Parts: sequence; structure tokens; C-alpha cells
Amino acid sequence: MSSPKIWRQRIERYRLLGQKCKDCGKVLFPKRLVCSECGGREFDKEPMPEVGKIITYTTVYFGPKFLEQDIPYILAIIELKNGVRITTQVVDTEPKEVKAGKEVKFVFRKLKDEGKTGVIIYGYKAQLC
Amino acid sequence: MVGIVGYGSYLPRYRIKVEDIANQWGRDPDVIKKGLLVNEKTVPGTDEDTITISVEAGRNALKRAGINPKLIGSVYVGSESHPYAVKPSGTVVAEALGITPEVHIADFEFACKAGTEAMWVVYNEVKSGELQYGLAIGTDTSQGAPGGALEYTASAGGTAFIFGKENLVAEVIETYSYTTDTPDFWRREGAYYPRHGGRFTGEPAYFKHVYNAGIGVLKKANLKPQDFTYAVFHMPNGKFPQTIGKKLGFTKKQLVPGWIVPYMGNTYSGSSPTGLSATFDVSKPGDLILIVSFGSGAGSDAFVFKVTERIDEVRDLAPKLKEMLDENKIYLDYGKYAKFREKIIMNE
Ligand SMILES: [Zn+2]
Repeated sequence: MSSPKIWRQRIERYRLLGQKCKDCGKVLFPKRLVCSECGGREFDKEPMPEVGKIITYTTVYFGPKFLEQDIPYILAIIELKNGVRITTQVVDTEPKEVKAGKEVKFVFRKLKDEGKTGVIIYGYKAQLC
Repeated sequence: MVGIVGYGSYLPRYRIKVEDIANQWGRDPDVIKKGLLVNEKTVPGTDEDTITISVEAGRNALKRAGINPKLIGSVYVGSESHPYAVKPSGTVVAEALGITPEVHIADFEFACKAGTEAMWVVYNEVKSGELQYGLAIGTDTSQGAPGGALEYTASAGGTAFIFGKENLVAEVIETYSYTTDTPDFWRREGAYYPRHGGRFTGEPAYFKHVYNAGIGVLKKANLKPQDFTYAVFHMPNGKFPQTIGKKLGFTKKQLVPGWIVPYMGNTYSGSSPTGLSATFDVSKPGDLILIVSFGSGAGSDAFVFKVTERIDEVRDLAPKLKEMLDENKIYLDYGKYAKFREKIIMNE
């Protein structure tokens, strides 16, 4: 991913801000140009709920360089009350603590830094409630 | 009336026990614990820094303030561990909290008093009528050199305060600041760990400045220690705030709710602000609270707050500090702690 694209997506990443289709009411995250339900192209901003639950997860033992210190870490698919599903890291936990069905809340974290001298990318991750 | 309309804190879930650090370096854990009156300290996760902690504290302050973030006209983040040397922490924080773009932003630094410094400026901006609301944050993820005295206490956490003129949780009754040029503690540009100037650290630095700021604000406000329900003093360890509290005429009981250092360590710019947050959590309408910060270099800011009836409405709108101290703790051993805090030299 190039930095300008990461920068343009910062608001939805920082605030977990999605959209709601003006035609059919479908809630989408991340943002799209066309509604996946009805093909509509007009949307209102829609904030995502602060909590969700784990649908499924995997334990990662070989990750990218910037996550080396977190290994083994958890990557999970989280379902929100509005039906939206989000894939993200579950932080501050051990693999044995994580189970499908457990509640998580979204927290603001460093996602990536481009080396010791590069820019730091921030956004949401999940934490067990 | 000008004062705080919302407050909120954030602490990482990770902890290390002081005895584990002492054992690592061949020191007697009981001597260290008794000397510092600190049992354990918070440790930031590998993906946490001053910016992420400020955002979480800011979100909790907004929950209690119940205001539209767009009405906040200034965002000041006080820290000695800003992630960037050039590029403000406040821009990311304000964007994440939904405050941008019509806002004035600056990062503050003054060792451990950068947080109250931010509070001081925001308070005066609101008082002058320039702003409807302003956000002041004190946060740190401070590091002590391995094996050094500061390693036992340097911890992570932060607290945010939104100042305004209506719907106050606590009114500012008086402020006072006391500052001199004192070389007690510093970190040069590019140096990784801070250093302290031996015999300058106690008496001529912390005690002189906190004492004079305390005496100064009491005199200015025409109040006595007995008029206060609670007092919070900067907490580099457990002993210093107790000693200065006694010297100023406060009882141990007045210090209790804000004396959080035994359970979380010294959060530098977040230390006295987080003590104030913990004190608000248990205070009642009408309570007078004194807070005196200390920043090496050296200076102290003092505030006298009077709690309003709104405290009972907002207290439960965000997590309380006691909950953050007691719940969901994850203990690290020294090896994991060294990895987390990047004290191990890795191949690039
Ligand atoms: Zn649609």
C-alpha cells in the first residue's frame, strides 16, 4: 500500500467510520463507491459500534517485520451488531485466552511503522472486553 | 466560571513487578520496594505510544463531557515521549477524536509537568473567551536506563481534560506557577535515556518547587490545607508526595485517592493529572482538590478545583481509574519486558 492511499483512508481507520446506503440502508465498512446490496452510489457517514464479537480467528507465528515482537499474535474476524465484519489483530492477550464468541472492543493503536526513521501508521485493533 | 467539563484516563494492561526488575539486577527487592513505595508499574504494549494513549484518554474525556468534538478549539498534548521529534502528536490525536480541522494544536514539553502545562494554557484560553472548549492531555511512555534507578518507576499512561465554561464537573478556583532554572534531570536531543544530576534531584528540585507552588496557591486562594478534601502531588515515587504533603500540612488521608504510584509507577507528564482523575472518580460535589505538578528543569503548576454536582452524572460514563488499575492486568517477566521496551539489540 502506498502512503498517499494510507493517508486518504486515515479517518475511517482512526474513527472506524463507515457508510450507510441512502437507497437500501445497508451499512458498509470500509467505504465503497457502490453499494454491495443494491448498487446504490449515495451514502451517509455511519460510525461503527465500539464493540463486537469474535467469529473466527487464527494464531500467526510468521508475521511481517513490524509485528515480530508480537509473535505469536491473533488475527480475528469480528462481527459488529450492525452485521459488518472486520478483520483485525486482537491485542493484549495470549492465544489461549481467545475464543470464538468472545466480546471485543476497538482500541486505537500503532498498526505499522516504516522502520525506525519512517512514518507511523495508526488505526484500530481489537482488545478482549 | 471556567473549569473541567470532562475528564478521562487510559492505562495499558501490561505490568511488571518491581521485585522482578530488582531480581534481574541483583538488588534486594524489599529494600527497593520500601525505598520507593512502588510495587509494580504499567508497561505499554508494543503498539502503544503517547499518541495512542492520548486518543484513548481523550475518548474517555469526551464521553464524560458529552460535547460535539468539533467545538474544541485547542488540543495540547504534554509529554516527554512524543513519538516524533518533528511532527506533532496532537494532529493525529485531534483527527482521531474528530476535532479537526478548525483547531489550534501544539505539543508541550517540560519533563513531568507538560500535562499541567497544557491544562494551564487551555484554561487561560477558555477564560479569555477565545475558546468555547479546549483539550489538554498529559501522557508518557517513559523509559529508564536498564539497571538504573528510574527503571523501577518509569511507566505509561495518560489523562485528558476538556475545559469549558458550562456544565462544569470541577471549577478552577485558583492557579499558581513556580519555576527556576535547575539542572536536576535532562535528556539531550538524540540521547535514548534521560540522566539526572545527582544531588540536584530531591531538595533543590522536587521539594523546593512543589512546596513553593503549594504555599503560593494556598496564599493566593486564601485557603488552608484543612479546607481541602483531597490533594494530589507529582509522584516520581511513593515517598516524595507523602513527604511534601506532610510538609505543606496535608494528612495522608487527603492524599489517598490520588496516590496511585504504588500500583502504576511514575507516568511523568501523566502522573499528577492521572492522580487528579482518580480523585475526581471518588469526589463529591463541593469537594476542594489541590493538584501540584513537578517538571524537572524545574517548575511546578498548582490548581485548586471545586467539584460540582455534575460529577455524579458523569463519573460512570467512562472507565474509572481504579478499574483500569485492578482489572485485566497482564504481568510480564523481565525478558518479555525487555523485548517490549526494545531494550534488546536486534539485527536490522
Ligand atoms: Zn444499497
